[in-house]
Amino acid sequence: MTNMSKEAALKRTLETIDTSQTNASTADIAAVVEAVMKSLSGDVSVAEFKLYHELQKLADYIQSAKREIAAIRPDEIRATHIPMATDELDAVVGATADATGVILDAAEHLETIAGKLSAEPAEEVRNLSTKIFEACNFQDVTGQRITKVVRALKHIEEKIDALLSAFGEGVKAPAEPAPAPGPVPGDDSSLLHGPSMPSEANKQDDIDAIFANLK
Amino acid sequence: MAFDLSTNVLIVDDYKTMLRIIRNLLKQLNIENVDEATDGGTALMKLRERTYGLVISDWNMEPMTGLQLLKEVRADNKLKQIPFIMITAESKTENVVAAKEAGVTNYIVKPFNAATLKQKLTAIWGDF
Repeated sequence: MTNMSKEAALKRTLETIDTSQTNASTADIAAVVEAVMKSLSGDVSVAEFKLYHELQKLADYIQSAKREIAAIRPDEIRATHIPMATDELDAVVGATADATGVILDAAEHLETIAGKLSAEPAEEVRNLSTKIFEACNFQDVTGQRITKVVRALKHIEEKIDALLSAFGEGVKAPAEPAPAPGPVPGDDSSLLHGPSMPSEANKQDDIDAIFANLK
Repeated sequence: MAFDLSTNVLIVDDYKTMLRIIRNLLKQLNIENVDEATDGGTALMKLRERTYGLVISDWNMEPMTGLQLLKEVRADNKLKQIPFIMITAESKTENVVAAKEAGVTNYIVKPFNAATLKQKLTAIWGDF
């Protein structure tokens, strides 16, 4: 029997039930359900059903990945952690440049003093200042290394942007709020911040004032 | 090539600290006529305005790199004979090869010491 004739037979059965003015028998209902099921199995092949099943698993996997990515808080990494790391590294470069400047000032002053000494000690002082000049090379090299790290961080930032863009808004909101670490008696680790950025750091005068106001 | 201590030397680096270090090390070698530039473009302009007997340049600078500066110097008939030393943290073989092909006179890798600098200068000028 073709699909067309199956459909026509099913239609006739339904019309008969409809016009019989009596309750449809269980056998009639079963016949109709069987006909519908046969019609469905004709429309959806086993291969298509498997494909649908795999697609469903894939969709579940994507949803699960989105939840896990959201829990990592990529938007927070992009907005807070990476800029903070970059600022800290910039501060390292600035601080070492300043320190190197002071060291070079001292070495140049030694050179001036050497000019006032007799030959032998003058030579000794010049040799020492040469060592200082040589050692100060580190500032340039470390500066370049840190620049490379900053470049790597920017690359990570771009990848996170791409991730956020690919997964949409779903990964921006965390699946559940990150648990706030509760105070643990005797644990002062939350006080360990490391050095502050120069613009945010208290100077000694500020510390003295705070200290004086404490009872 | 004999060296005259009154020769003008141009040092090029975008790190002012490095300029200061190189200037001091040259001073210890009695080379005191030292001029500075912080990028390749400024260096090229200075080279065309004044006579220099040596260029000591960093590689990694913007917008014109030390290698580009070297190529410009070697392509300029009035400048192409000037000895050119590259002082850089770029230590890969391909960098040294590229600099050599562009006509660099010598190549010093950072961090460097005074003895290395003197050795390279002596290689250009002989004892001085």
